[in-house]
Amino acid sequence: MSEYILCFVLFCIGLYCVLRKRNIIKIIIGLGIIEYAVNLFFILLGYRAQGRAPVLAKDQAVTNIVDPLPQALVLTAIVIGLAVTALIVAIAIRIYDKYGTFDITKIRRLKG
Amino acid sequence: MKILPFFVIIPLGSAFLISLLGKKFKKFGDLWANLSTLALFGLSLHSISLVAAHKMLVYKVGGWLPPFGICMVLDGLTSFMLVTVNLVSFLVTVYAVNYMQKFTDKAKFYTLFMLMLAGMHGVIMTGDLFNLFVFLEIASIASYALVAFGTEAEELEASFKYAIMGSVASSFILLAIALVYGYTSTLNLADISLALTQKGGGFLISFASVLFLVGFGLKAALVPFHAWLPDAHPSAPAPISAMLSGVLIKTLGIYAIIRIFFNVFGATTTPVLSIVMFLGVLSMLVGVILALSQWDFKRLLAYHSISQVGYVMLGIGLGTPLGILGGLFHLFNHSVFKSLLFLGSGAVDYSLHTRDLQQMGGLREKMPVTANTNLVASMSIAGIPPFNGFWSKLWIILACVQAYIQSSKMIYIVYALCAIVGSILTLASFMKVQKYAFFGRLNEKWQNIKEVPGLMQLSMVFLALICIVSSLLVMSSFKPFLDSAADALLAGGGYQEAVFANVK
Repeated sequence: MSEYILCFVLFCIGLYCVLRKRNIIKIIIGLGIIEYAVNLFFILLGYRAQGRAPVLAKDQAVTNIVDPLPQALVLTAIVIGLAVTALIVAIAIRIYDKYGTFDITKIRRLKG
Repeated sequence: MKILPFFVIIPLGSAFLISLLGKKFKKFGDLWANLSTLALFGLSLHSISLVAAHKMLVYKVGGWLPPFGICMVLDGLTSFMLVTVNLVSFLVTVYAVNYMQKFTDKAKFYTLFMLMLAGMHGVIMTGDLFNLFVFLEIASIASYALVAFGTEAEELEASFKYAIMGSVASSFILLAIALVYGYTSTLNLADISLALTQKGGGFLISFASVLFLVGFGLKAALVPFHAWLPDAHPSAPAPISAMLSGVLIKTLGIYAIIRIFFNVFGATTTPVLSIVMFLGVLSMLVGVILALSQWDFKRLLAYHSISQVGYVMLGIGLGTPLGILGGLFHLFNHSVFKSLLFLGSGAVDYSLHTRDLQQMGGLREKMPVTANTNLVASMSIAGIPPFNGFWSKLWIILACVQAYIQSSKMIYIVYALCAIVGSILTLASFMKVQKYAFFGRLNEKWQNIKEVPGLMQLSMVFLALICIVSSLLVMSSFKPFLDSAADALLAGGGYQEAVFANVK
């Protein structure tokens, strides 16, 4: 149980980082932490104590293997996370070009 | 059944081809994007007759049987959403041919546009929870990039805000998917529904519901989660604003919410519906009140999107047949008139290079087509008979009254009154737009402006015609289109039986 709670704590740390930090690079890192917390949680769901790798060979019985589905899903989620991070970092670089700062309190031309 | 995958194949393939060849042959992007959206629109119209004949079609991707493989499902609600999305996207690509001329790289624009379309079609068609997440991310990432397409300072800022909030929302959705998978050990929507009817809901499912509501609510810009929308939607180029406000928030937000809560979680989540209704009423009022004080044309329209999404959520949240019918009808109507309004504001921007309402005035003389189509759209959104917005709002309000008569809870009357107040405030706000932008005296500065090019006019005129014609959907001969969509939702758990019956 405790590993699930730790996962949730990690999620909350990431959320705190996104909500409270003023540097946009730190916000992006916070986003990464959130993504990893969720991925970790997903992997833990398929984990089984002393479980085998989910490879089906000829003379092996299907007993006590970890659930392979979350692993496949998390692999996809990591790739998606990579794409999002790459895009946001690219935007952050462009923002630095335009505004000359990474501080979100100074990047506010939109209001209302 | 064979046509189902083409809704994803055509836009994905077009995105690939346009990015490959669009640089070399200048006209290729325009031509190909328009042809493929036209083909998709034709296919989506064909899907109406398919649904009328078969009720439901299931396509097994790669031949794997559900619940093990991914399946695509076409039912009434799906085909309704497909028609809405493709109608708007076709007219928007027609508009974009001229409008996007001022941007340097049209091929990239069409590539991202097609990717977004592929993502939206995927979200609508899929019968698998994780697949829904993947397509949702495809559509979202394409839309983050499209908001920043102009790469000006404001656009980048808006896009950054949108991307951060959108990614947090996606993480919430993924967490909810993990919880649902942990509880039911399946990802197929129909199979989850089956497992939940056998096991019953629990604490975990309630927790997952809340996470889904937050995640999809952020994508739909319901009120506590709306902060990104008024920045992101005006910053995008006008055709993309029309797509984002017209269909993206509805597919990624509303459609996903209603599909999951009605068909998958079913009866275990009645409290969620009352929360949805409350958020809907809140968005309705807050959105319109914030819109009243805006002077930026597109930002004003963006706030109205928040408000109109509230109407849809109120109608659907009631859960009664009339309420769902009204909500879905309003969803369709809002796609049409809001994209028309954004295209109109884009046309003004195209000629005047400003979005400030105070600098406009008297544009009627110089831009009659834009002014008249905009008038039609304004009257539709304000709910003036006989335009389509009137009928859908009337249905939603009648559904509130009906719910009051059935349950005699005062809250429904309050909701109905809020809907009327919201509608009046919308009217006030659009009277301001009409007065400052199109009526009144022509500003000296704008003596030499011209009406926008023909293709832009064509798509605006078409949308204005649809605003008028679609009020016919309330008539009994056209109503099956809406009815089949509402039936798919009302069936609730019947969704899983229909899917499994179709697979065998």
